[in-house]
Amino acid sequence: MNVLSVKNLSLSFGGLGVITDLSFDVEQGAIVSLIGPNGAGKTSVFNCLTGFYRANSGGIFFDGESILRLKPHRITQKGMARTFQNLRLFRSLTVLENVMSGMHCRTSMGAVGAILRYPAQRAEEAEIRQVAERCLDFVGILDQKDRLAKNLPYGNQRRVEWARALATQPKLLLLDEPAAGLNYDEKAQLMKLIRRIREELKITIFLIEHDMSLVMNISEKVVVIDYGQKIAEGDCATVQNDPRVIEAYIGREEAGAHP
Amino acid sequence: MAEPSATATPVGKKGWLTVQEERLFDFFDDRRWRYTACGILLAVALALPRVGDNYVLEIFTNSFFYIVLCLGLNIVVGYAGLLDLGYAAFFAVGAYTTGILTSEAGWNFWFTIPAAAFFSAIAGVVIGGPTLRLRSDYLAIVTLGFGEITRIAARNLKEITGGASGLIGIHRPVLFGLELRKISHYYYVFLALVVIALFVSYRLQNSRLGRAWQYVREDEDAAEAMGIDRVAVKLYAYVIGAIFAGVAGSFFAAKMTAISPETFQFMQSATILMAVVLGGMGKIPGMIVGALALVLFPEVFRSIGSVRMLVFGLLLIVMMIFRPHGLWPERRN
Repeated sequence: MNVLSVKNLSLSFGGLGVITDLSFDVEQGAIVSLIGPNGAGKTSVFNCLTGFYRANSGGIFFDGESILRLKPHRITQKGMARTFQNLRLFRSLTVLENVMSGMHCRTSMGAVGAILRYPAQRAEEAEIRQVAERCLDFVGILDQKDRLAKNLPYGNQRRVEWARALATQPKLLLLDEPAAGLNYDEKAQLMKLIRRIREELKITIFLIEHDMSLVMNISEKVVVIDYGQKIAEGDCATVQNDPRVIEAYIGREEAGAHP
Repeated sequence: MAEPSATATPVGKKGWLTVQEERLFDFFDDRRWRYTACGILLAVALALPRVGDNYVLEIFTNSFFYIVLCLGLNIVVGYAGLLDLGYAAFFAVGAYTTGILTSEAGWNFWFTIPAAAFFSAIAGVVIGGPTLRLRSDYLAIVTLGFGEITRIAARNLKEITGGASGLIGIHRPVLFGLELRKISHYYYVFLALVVIALFVSYRLQNSRLGRAWQYVREDEDAAEAMGIDRVAVKLYAYVIGAIFAGVAGSFFAAKMTAISPETFQFMQSATILMAVVLGGMGKIPGMIVGALALVLFPEVFRSIGSVRMLVFGLLLIVMMIFRPHGLWPERRN
């Protein structure tokens, strides 16, 4: 069963093709990676999936339902959460408040509830806080919850972002270069965390990553794109030995014979 | 804190002011002291009419009125981060609603308050609905235009609003058989309004909606990725801000018994915005400080005559250099 399937997706900005006829599936419960050289269009694919870019043609199906024309917040509501390549935290709010944002789409109280604070509203607030604290505990920074997000060290800011995405209670988690800027230890912890998210929370994971050791270590399937087109797909071994992938990353043997 | 070493700040170079500020914060961090301080302030405010003359009461009533407006604009500018240069328009809608309904339709004042809230909310939707998709600079221009349109419309709709000469003979409200005439009556009415506005602001700030405003202010895209409908959330802020102004306008009309379009000039919007920025955007105590400073300063320095606005302007510039986040201390970590 596929959680996500992308069919013949194309995106262009004023005649410049960014993604061309891209198709792939993400199976339920899998860890799938999207890789490709710089500028291959990986983040654009993410932006199409999460509704930040509107694809020109093709289809995106999440849980069997087309989400191509939905706004980002509706897509998150349907159960697809993302993190950003460059950290996008709410910097002057506390860590806990940051993570509480994820619960927004799972709750409903408005102004009247806020002013009157009747029992249902208080129960909802307690639930928001509880879920946020659980997510922070899951990523291991619950003790930092009252600090301002901007005062945390970089590695912990990354964790806040993961916790925040988890708080939306997604079925599919999109991680945009989760290892960027992390040191060796933090990367090892990240791999462990990604596996735990899948095993314990039953969340499917789709990630973009440049760090090949990480990708090859945790992915069950790898999709490789270059110039917005898929050039290979399969398990790690298949992809690593694919001549087109090697060409995209290292280049052809004869210089000047580039197609 | 778990990792004090990770964010080690240089120690030793702390100014006297910073130290005092931290002491103030430590003081208010304690709930008991915070409530005590609020209680004392309220007691002083309640006792003031016993000692103050009409002049003092008039000024404080005016300050209270500005506090309510500032708290309303704070929701729009401070929480949701939307620059609104036409806030006086909503205040005008409220004032005119009460003015027209009491003087021409003969309504009881108290029944016009929900009507004023309703119409200012509608005005909020009408202006906010199409424009809140715009990013901040464009929004500021549109709200500026809207403020002027409202004023000009009030001047030209002679049959309804009384044109340039405005509305006169707005009925005085009656509370428990007492007709509110004296300045001390209005002093208490506006004080009650401030307390309500503070209560509502505080509760909104610490709620799901209040947090959503702050998320959108901090980073619209990230907020949207977290499942927050940014347009809906901004519209909510806009409408609630409009209701604050509408209700305040309604009481303003009752106090003045006469209103004219010139009350709602651009300067009015600018003044309220200035008080919000001066006090510290997004901080509730800051709104009180800002509004008080704005109303009291020109009165206290009345003796220096027409130079006082110049001095006030200079003070504002100096303050923006040394305290860009407003008078009320920043939240620490």
